[in-house]
Amino acid sequence: MAIVAMDIKNADFTSIFNIASLQNKLLVDLHWFTLAVCLMIGLVVTGLMIAIIAKFRTAENDDGSEPRQTRGNIRLEIIWTAIPLFIVIVLGIMTAYVMIIVNPAVGTKRKPDVIVVGHQWWWEYQYPNYGVTTANELYLPVGKNALFEVRSADVVHSFWVVAFGQKMDAIPGHPTNMWIHPTKKGLFLGTCSEYCGAQHGLMRIIANVVSPEDFDTWIKAQNAMPESSNDPAVAKGKQLFNSETCVQCHQIAGDPAAKAHIGPDLTHIAQRKTLGAGVLENNTANLAKWMQNPQQFKPGVNMPNMRLTDENAHDIAVYLESLK
Amino acid sequence: MTQGTLPSSHNPVNWVAEVPEYKGILSWLTSIDHKQLGLMYIMSAFGFLVVGAFLGLTIRLQLMFPMSHVVSQEGYNQIFTMHGTTMVFFVGMPLLFGFAVYLTPLMIGARDMAFPRLNAFGYWVYLFGAALLFFSFLAGGGPSAGWFAYPPLSEKGYLFNSGQNYWALSLFLTGLGSVATGINIIVTVLTMRAPGMTFKRVPLFVWMIFMDAFLVVFSLPALNAALVMILFDRTLNTHFFDATVGGSPLLWQHFFWFFGHPEVYILILPGWGAISEVIPVFSRKVLFGAGVMAASTVAITFLSFGVWVHHMFATGLGFSPLYIFAVTSLLIAVPTGIKVWSWLATMWGGKLRFTVSLLHAMAFLLQFTIGGLSGVMFAVIPIDWQLTDSYFVVAHFHYVLVGGMLFSLIAGVYYWYPKAVGRMMSETIGKWQFWLMVIGFNGTFFVMHILGILGMPRRVWTYPKGMPGWAELNLFSSCCSFILVASILLFVYNLVWSFYHGKIAGPNPWNAWTLEWLAESPPIAENFERVPVVRSRRPLWDLQFGSGGDGEEDHHA
Repeated sequence: MAIVAMDIKNADFTSIFNIASLQNKLLVDLHWFTLAVCLMIGLVVTGLMIAIIAKFRTAENDDGSEPRQTRGNIRLEIIWTAIPLFIVIVLGIMTAYVMIIVNPAVGTKRKPDVIVVGHQWWWEYQYPNYGVTTANELYLPVGKNALFEVRSADVVHSFWVVAFGQKMDAIPGHPTNMWIHPTKKGLFLGTCSEYCGAQHGLMRIIANVVSPEDFDTWIKAQNAMPESSNDPAVAKGKQLFNSETCVQCHQIAGDPAAKAHIGPDLTHIAQRKTLGAGVLENNTANLAKWMQNPQQFKPGVNMPNMRLTDENAHDIAVYLESLK
Repeated sequence: MTQGTLPSSHNPVNWVAEVPEYKGILSWLTSIDHKQLGLMYIMSAFGFLVVGAFLGLTIRLQLMFPMSHVVSQEGYNQIFTMHGTTMVFFVGMPLLFGFAVYLTPLMIGARDMAFPRLNAFGYWVYLFGAALLFFSFLAGGGPSAGWFAYPPLSEKGYLFNSGQNYWALSLFLTGLGSVATGINIIVTVLTMRAPGMTFKRVPLFVWMIFMDAFLVVFSLPALNAALVMILFDRTLNTHFFDATVGGSPLLWQHFFWFFGHPEVYILILPGWGAISEVIPVFSRKVLFGAGVMAASTVAITFLSFGVWVHHMFATGLGFSPLYIFAVTSLLIAVPTGIKVWSWLATMWGGKLRFTVSLLHAMAFLLQFTIGGLSGVMFAVIPIDWQLTDSYFVVAHFHYVLVGGMLFSLIAGVYYWYPKAVGRMMSETIGKWQFWLMVIGFNGTFFVMHILGILGMPRRVWTYPKGMPGWAELNLFSSCCSFILVASILLFVYNLVWSFYHGKIAGPNPWNAWTLEWLAESPPIAENFERVPVVRSRRPLWDLQFGSGGDGEEDHHA
């Protein structure tokens, strides 16, 4: 089994308390407040329990008489109803406050900045404002509030970049929205958070937050046609890509034969850091191995074993890795 | 302690193995006696508990190290689906019904349930339903869509083996039995109480079981309806949950959780009931605030039908529909808190006898408080957005269902075992089992809170190497899970050992106060020769002291 290392080594700390978005700042503040309240209640219960164990153990020389039979105390009962009621009212008000700020209602006029589509078991990212479609590696500019639309192509998934805070389910026939305003540059990780079948655990999310300039550069590169190469191995690989069944699932802009929209878009695959939604480092050797037996790396993945020879697999991999 | 006013035992049979009516396997297979059916429910539940525990242990083995391959991915998905389904439907539910049908008639001074044959029907339908689900492993593979089986994943297009059909059929069958038994309990409590036992004098255990039966009768049909729909989708090509042709996957989530949240209370209420009997007896005090305790149970029963969307806070339903359910979910914490305070106040000022039963009750109080407080955190929607479907949720509901339900029902087993079997359970084995279980349980599940905070989603077959903290915490949790499973096995061993070697108990070994302790241990056929007129919540206290069974109001403290 392959070792995923590169993206994890370079990633920012994966924790809900790592604040990488404006929204998560509010969530974390609310979280600490609620946690503090809960800890206090927990400490009171624990303290009472310790006091009870210490004070009311039956003495060795107990006379066997029954203790005083107190059946209730109205004042005490009112107090322990009223105080928790007050606490939950406060929590309820803060819940509403944070919800409205973190996820305000979205009008119909605003186009989403990113459309996330969950597939079994990879992520498709569309940038409708730029006409860009890519897979598995999300890019966002720092300091800009981005509206996400979350969709599903098959079963229920859930999109969760841990340090961004909020997660959002991807439900077929029920597109949902959320806002993410990244505040920190870096690489942030997540995993699909609603059980979605075989590869749920390795349906990883890799989010790159970059400066606005780098984001523009990335968008330009995504919009450019992949450079054609004179390398004969690349030409052979391209011919194999079109004649083997690859094109029945995959899309490559500029290749009229490759227009299918079932598997990930491969137009700029060479720019990605990983393969198979984060299970393998992206390089020619790994890509060739992946194509020869995807099930070995991602059991259950929908890509079949195409029974490619070593040579053909290598050539296709060389072609794909030329798609910068 | 004078026992002079209590009727003394003149029954020669003081061990359940010697009861003439229970001789021979046929007497059990054909039984309509509530005591036999209750014992069969509880024995089946503990049998499935061991099965479920080993399924859980397999999960922990697979997650012990990153990228490991102890079981295949397909096998793993079946195992966690079966772990959840088994624990909820084949352990939790029969424990509820076992305790309910064994104890309810005894505690209200009745001879049997209102409908003894319906009672037997409920048990056998449950057992066959459970057998049907495990049969699926021989029929092409078990279900693998998780215990809440969200479509479209649970539809034919994504899981085409027959396991998911068996899952729906099996739960439908057990659901029928549950509703039947629920109705039976309601009618029994309403019509068969001893003379003088008004609802103010009904023991708290029976109050909770009574409310529980309403939860069963009104929530299980929602599940059954949804099961029929998914079965039709899978076998008759209907499209209830298929979004591509106008169905709605969200519809399933509403149906399922309309059942699923009351289900949580269905599972915990018998435990609360047991605790409400165990704590007073071993503190030698009347239950503090019994009236408020019953009222808060009614409040929880109503509220629990209005909180189901808190399982769906991450579905993007919009502010208003989500917020309403945040409010109800927060509110339900208030009556739940009242219970915890009342139990503590019952122990306060008592003379505590630290039996194994009380030890479990006290561990329950602390662990259930942790599970309840993390539940409050989930009611705060923005925190739910962070943590739902992560290991924090797994920690939360295991604190409620294992640290809460299982610990409290084990307290109940230690408390009522002498009544049912006629022999005491071993306190020595019990103390070992208790401490192993406390260490094993908290070790296994507490670290899962942290795993959730570090972003580990639930239901993952494996996880990559190098995620900060994941490998270490998972290894720790897995090691502790061995201790937990060992403690469960030790508990089962204690049940068996004490059956043969336990001290003869006599009718009232704990010097307790409710009617079941007036009967012989084990109770004779039809339970009582004569039931006294009930004048308070503690009729045996009245028999002993003449009056004062309800305790006295405290106007000062």
